[in-house]
Amino acid sequence: MAFRSTKSLLVLSFSILTMLFSKNLLAQDSTHTNTTQPVGAHEAEFNVTETILGHIQDDHSWHLWGHTSLPLPVILYTDKGIECFSSSHLMDEHHHPKAFQGKNYTYQSFKGKIKVVNEDGTINEELSSKVWDFSITKNVAALFISMAILILVFSIVARTYKKRGVTSAPKGLQSFIEPIIIFVRDEVAKPNIGHHYAKYMPFILTIFFVILINNYLGMIPFFPGGTNVSGNIAFTLALALVVFIVVNINGNKSYWEHIFWMPGMNIGMKLFLAPIELIGVLARPISLTIRLFANVTAGHILVLSLICLIFIFKTVFASAISVPFAVFIGLIEVLVAFLQAYIFALLTSMYIGMAIEEHHTAEDHDPHYNED
Amino acid sequence: MLLEINPLALPDIGLLFWNIVAFIVLFFILKSMAWKPILKAIKAREEGIDEALSKAEKVKTEMAQMASENEALLQKAREERAVLIKDAKEQSDKMIADAKDKAKTEYDRIVADAQIAINQQKNAALVDVKNQVGALVIEISEQILKRELSNKAEQENYIKQLAEEIKLN
Repeated sequence: MAFRSTKSLLVLSFSILTMLFSKNLLAQDSTHTNTTQPVGAHEAEFNVTETILGHIQDDHSWHLWGHTSLPLPVILYTDKGIECFSSSHLMDEHHHPKAFQGKNYTYQSFKGKIKVVNEDGTINEELSSKVWDFSITKNVAALFISMAILILVFSIVARTYKKRGVTSAPKGLQSFIEPIIIFVRDEVAKPNIGHHYAKYMPFILTIFFVILINNYLGMIPFFPGGTNVSGNIAFTLALALVVFIVVNINGNKSYWEHIFWMPGMNIGMKLFLAPIELIGVLARPISLTIRLFANVTAGHILVLSLICLIFIFKTVFASAISVPFAVFIGLIEVLVAFLQAYIFALLTSMYIGMAIEEHHTAEDHDPHYNED
Repeated sequence: MLLEINPLALPDIGLLFWNIVAFIVLFFILKSMAWKPILKAIKAREEGIDEALSKAEKVKTEMAQMASENEALLQKAREERAVLIKDAKEQSDKMIADAKDKAKTEYDRIVADAQIAINQQKNAALVDVKNQVGALVIEISEQILKRELSNKAEQENYIKQLAEEIKLN
């Protein structure tokens, strides 16, 4: 009931405010036509795409507020050796990229990518391709922070177990974490991996909590959040690659047999199925990568787009719809953050379960890649 | 290239590198520091709870068994008591009856003995009386004989008198 009334309230406020804004827009248009004044020389044209992408993408410095940024170390692996310098050298006082004369080359940041520039300021693509950027960027720093939080939280919890013993009921942080761990164990690992689930529990738990904490840190709009770690394709790809390696290292004989030489089929069918099964194996890390990346990024883009409405309409009244909607999307994101961590852990468990499953006969075999 | 169109979908090599390194480091740190002790503790506690529950159940059935055993023992004790009481009563009755019998026979015997003794004494007394009567008769006869010799009337008188005196009591 409460939900329905909230919904109708939202619809009502939305329709009223849409009417208000149409008026406002008209008024603005008239002012524009009447006065020939430009929008304002000091006020740069607002670019929604750039703003949103700027918030979502990685950066070499961590923007805190206004004109304050946290400079982060830039580490470049060039053909002339490794080079380290602070990212503050790449910015001028107006936060515009500027060229920096490093040890080996002159560098400048173009759309978040560090390129080698010639003396006349043009990009030297040939040399740029030889420079590998291993900087501690905003995302890497945020990842380290999330690691520190995880290690802190779980070492506290582990210590509580040691201190309070196993005969007493969980307390405090321990009682918050324990149900999640038991949920992962009983709902994710045990039913999908099977008898040998205990061996993979640390891996599944690490994956689950890394994704969970980065999803939630990404939802906090200010330091130490404000990053988009779990919505970055490098993060999801890294996890998916680790999962891919773990699954295939642990794959037993029957797992590989089912991929390359399907038992219980004739030769032609075996040859036909092998490439399909192989594609299935390779598609798994890709699907894991894209799923998490797209879900988290989509949530961020949605919230940012709603907030950008205020700047598109150039009126504070737009916040009356964009803020409630952003809150609504944010609530959905809270759910999605948990859900995606759960799905990633669940699929990882399923893949591991398939890889270590014991097939006794060819007859009881079932088509075993039916994810998504 | 297609991937270059959208910078979002292009994984950055440096970032990928750091992510993999960070994940592996985190995995090993958490595995040794957190997951092992936590999972062990949770398992130990669950096993402890299971054990305690099964133990409680066992104790409960044992208690019930003990209670029924106690009941049976009590019942048995009651039966035994009843048997004992019955036996004791029988025995005591028998003892009383025996004692009565014995007493009666003893009494009979004593009475019979007494009878015999009485009879003996009576006979002895009778013999004695007879002897004494005989002696008296002899004595009186002697005296009569002595007096008769002197006075005839008086003799008769005297005999009369003596005869009266003799009166058997």
